Order: sequence, then C-alpha cells, then structure tokens
Amino acid sequence: MTASVQTRKRPLLGWNISDGVVVSRFSLVQTLRVPELMFFSLVQPVIFVLLFAYVFGGAIPIAGTGASAEDAANIYRNYLMPGIFGQTVAFAAAASTVGMAEAMSTGLIDRFRSLPMASGAVLIGHTFADAARQILVLLVLSITGFLVGWRITGGVWNAVCAYLLLLLFAYSVTWVGASIGLAMPNVETASTAGLVWLFPLTFLSNAFVPLSSMPSWLQPIAAYNPVSTLVLATRELFGNPTGLQPDYWPLNNPTIYTIGSCALVIAIFATLSIRKYTKTTAK
Amino acid sequence: MTDEAVVAVGLVKEFGSVKALGGIDLTVKRGQVVGLLGPNGAGKTTVVRILSTLLMPTSGYAKVAGFDVVKNPAEVRREIGLTGQYAAVNEYLTGRENLAMFGALYHLPAKYVREKSAELLESFELTDAADRPAKTYSGGMRRRLDLASSLIAQPSILFLDEPTTGLDPRSRLGMWDVINGLVADGTTVLLTTQYLEEADQLADEIVVIDHGRVIAQGTAETLKDQIGGDRIEISVIDPTRVTDAVDAIRTVSSGEPAVEGLTISAPVSGGSTVLVSAIRALDVQGVEVGDILLRRPTLDDVFLSLTGHAAEEDAAPSDEPKKRGKGRK
Repeated sequence: MTASVQTRKRPLLGWNISDGVVVSRFSLVQTLRVPELMFFSLVQPVIFVLLFAYVFGGAIPIAGTGASAEDAANIYRNYLMPGIFGQTVAFAAAASTVGMAEAMSTGLIDRFRSLPMASGAVLIGHTFADAARQILVLLVLSITGFLVGWRITGGVWNAVCAYLLLLLFAYSVTWVGASIGLAMPNVETASTAGLVWLFPLTFLSNAFVPLSSMPSWLQPIAAYNPVSTLVLATRELFGNPTGLQPDYWPLNNPTIYTIGSCALVIAIFATLSIRKYTKTTAK
Repeated sequence: MTDEAVVAVGLVKEFGSVKALGGIDLTVKRGQVVGLLGPNGAGKTTVVRILSTLLMPTSGYAKVAGFDVVKNPAEVRREIGLTGQYAAVNEYLTGRENLAMFGALYHLPAKYVREKSAELLESFELTDAADRPAKTYSGGMRRRLDLASSLIAQPSILFLDEPTTGLDPRSRLGMWDVINGLVADGTTVLLTTQYLEEADQLADEIVVIDHGRVIAQGTAETLKDQIGGDRIEISVIDPTRVTDAVDAIRTVSSGEPAVEGLTISAPVSGGSTVLVSAIRALDVQGVEVGDILLRRPTLDDVFLSLTGHAAEEDAAPSDEPKKRGKGRK
C-alpha cells in the first residue's frame, strides 16, 4: 500500500484562483520557451501603427481639429493610438482560441481533468496568462506610439486607469476566445474561427475612423460596440483627441459601459466555457 | 478502506447511436494488476475514462477506492493516477517543470513535490533530461515522464491506457520494468492493451473485451489453456482441398480448427512434434501445403477461440465518434 501524501490547506481565495495561478504561471513559462511566437505577436500591432500613422494619417480628418496637413496627421496619430490599443487587446481572443484548441487536441486535457484540481482553473489560468501577455504588447505599442508622436497628456493616474481598462477588456475577450476554442473540432479550424469575428468587432468601431464618418444606420451598431467605448474611454483617459461623438448613451458614459460589458461577457462566457470544459475529453 | 479498488457494474456508454459499452462488469482488488485486453474500438479507453471520471456512464455505476465516480468525482481524483494513450505532458516545459505543475495541481506542498520529482526522474532515468523541454524527448522518455506525472501524488490506483502503444520494442521493455516496479510497491493497476504478451507480462488477471462487452476473464494461464497454447497454421494451395485439410488438422489439434480463406489455424499441444504429425496427416489426405508453421498465441487467437472471429481492427466502431480532425495516436 502506498502512503498517501498530506495535501496543502485550502487557500484563502479558493482552489479555482490558486490552481488558476499555477496554470497561468506555467503558461507564461511556456511563452518564454517560444520567443518567436511572442515576437510576431508584437510585430503585427507595430506594423499596424506604422501603416495607419503614415498611410492613412493625412487622409482621415478628425472633427473639431486640424489646421495644416502636418498638424492633421499628428492629431490623427494621437487619435489612432488608443484605437490600435483597443484593436490589439481585442485580438488577444484569437490567441486564446488557438491555445484552448491546442490544449484540447493533446492528452493534456484528460490529465488536467483527472486531477483533483478546481474545475475552472485551467480556463482561468489560460485566460489570465493570455491577458497578462498583453502587458508586454501594450508596452511595446506605447513605445512605438511615442516614436511616431503619440503623447499621454491626461496625467499618470488616468493613464494607469486606461491601461487597466485595456487589460480588463483583453481578459474578457479571452473568455470569448476560449469558448470558441473549446467548441472547435481542431486547431486549424480554431485558428480561422478565432479571427473572423474580430475584424467586424474592431472595424465597426471608432478605433480608426470617427463614428460621424459612418452611414447613419451603422452608427448605432458601432456606438453600442464595446470596442468603441473602450477606445473612447482610453482616448479620454490618455488625453488624446476624441473627435465629435454622436449622442448615444454608451458614448456618453464610455468607462461605465465598457466595464459593464466586460463583466457581462466574463460572466456569460466563463460559465459557458467552464461547463463545456467539464464535459470535454481529449479529441 | 474497501478491499476492492475498482468495482464496475453494468457500465453502459452510448455516444449518440453508437453503443461503446454494452454492460461491463469489472472488479480490481487492492494491489492487483488487471489487464483490459481488446482490439481497437473494443471500449477499453471508454472504460478507463469512466473510471477516471472523465466521462459519465449512460447507465450502470462504478466505484473507485470506494467512491462513486459520478457522485464523488473529486474524491476519486485524489486517489487515482491516469496515463493516457498519448503523452499528456506540456512539451514546452521541462520534465521537472511538468512534475512541478502537476504536483501543485494535486495540491501537494512544494517541498514534497521537489523531492518526489527528483526521485521519480531518477528512477525513470530522466535525470539527465530533467531540465530540457519535453519536446526534445524520445517517445519512450515522454511516456516515462507521463507516467511519472501521474505518480507524483503516489496514487493508490493507477489507470494505464495503452502505456506502450507506439513504442519501439526496447522502450516497451523499459516501460514494462517501470510498471512492474510500481506493482511491487503495491499500487493497484488497471491497464489496457492490445497485446496479449503485454497483458501476460504485467497482469495478474486479464479481462478480454470486444464490442463493449466482457467476453472472457481469468489469469493469463487460464486464458492460454482456453486458447490451447501454441497454434499451428497452414495454408493450402488448392481451394477445393480446404475441407480435407481441416479434417487432417483436426486429427492433431487440441481444438477446433479455424478457417480464413486458404489459411487454417488450430490450437495444438506438444511442441514441434505436432508439425511432423500434421505433415503426415496432410500427406495421407494428399493435400498440398504452401506453408506450415507453429506460433505463439496472439490476440487474434484469443479472439478466434473466444468469438470465432478475428480481432477486428477497423470494422468495429471507434471508441468515440471522431469529432476532431486529429486522430488519437
């Protein structure tokens, strides 16, 4: 007979959080082992900054501003950066989709499910690590932005709040991504399905163009898109130009609307995906 | 603590319209090693997945370490270790990191995990590779790391789902040594395998399943007696002479010959002298023989003598309907 081993006491925040931290810690170690992946996930948003700043820079006028062409381009870059931040954190969901699909395609998921660990921990850990990776992405983006003329003028505290809001948004979309990843039959499908919904989500917003430039039937859709309110809220917090806003409740209360949507998305998709996870075996 | 480590009664599992298990009864006593033997698609993996709380049975019930797998999955998970068909380790993490992660998720103290990991890595000959990512490991090393991962909490009951499938013969022998070592320590083991030889080497008792049902049960010895040890196999050149050949073989065999096309096989006892008698008997009948040989019983023979058909590799429904592109390897 083998001797049983004394296990640790139940931690203060519960096993879901404690086990989730273990999973995310090793997920982040894994990131360090594949620096190439991290590198390319950084290159993409940087390319976006450069493309938008220099290709579209002079072509998109921001209402309520602008004198010379050079001023207009500089104003657009300051308008653009929060948009790129918003788009980038939204795309964190795609990595989450592929990550979950990958985890499902190996026997690892069977092992996790046969362990006496908390049932939500694998998902909590993965989504947390996916959001945490965005910290480095935001840092690199901010430096790139600074180099093309983006400036924070809203004060340190407000800037911290803006970054926290972006990370909260990243965390909420990684749950959506994880849910999609769990539902996909294989990694290949997941890598496509994880991306398609993100293009309308990020482009049907004020991330790159002012809402006032959109056709009037499209404006309400974009106004209620949480990406729009996230980007608007960060523009305000960073002290960047916001353009003129059409009169919609979310746009008048962007921070509250963004936090509320994130909370709702996490509640719905965490429930859905944890339920799905507890019934999944390796495929 | 109950005397029975695993008890399953009338386990049925349906995946949609596919019936993977048609009522399996199974008992594994403490300290015993039971081998679940069957071809692909027989339902072996489904049994293991139900017992390790990954799948819910459609009907029937199972207790592992005295806990109901459906009602008390958390208690069951504290008592078991599971090693699946593929190495369930994170290949980007090193061997040591994998063990640290699983140890932490078993809620074991960090100091204990460090010491136990070092011990397991040493006894599974992974110490030199301990700080390399598992990606760089050979198939055999990955399986050993996988097994080590399921042993970190010293489970009293271990489920091994085809622990050597896909390994080269040398790695297979290595795994057998490792498993035999565990058994000597008193761990209860339920292992599944497609290889009669493996079940014979490792298990005290063998349960043969086919199409989701138990078709035979007993020690390797009793099963072998049933099959009749060695088998003689001949192939006839002229299709019209098959019945004559069967008659001839019947005079020297210890059981009813089985025919598949031009090949006739039958259980025999008496070693190589049987070959001589067989050739003589065939000669008397005037049957021309293309090939004749004497061989050890295989899984196919078990199935031939138990069910009258060969172990179907592909005809049987797979354990689970395939939903994903990647096959289980």
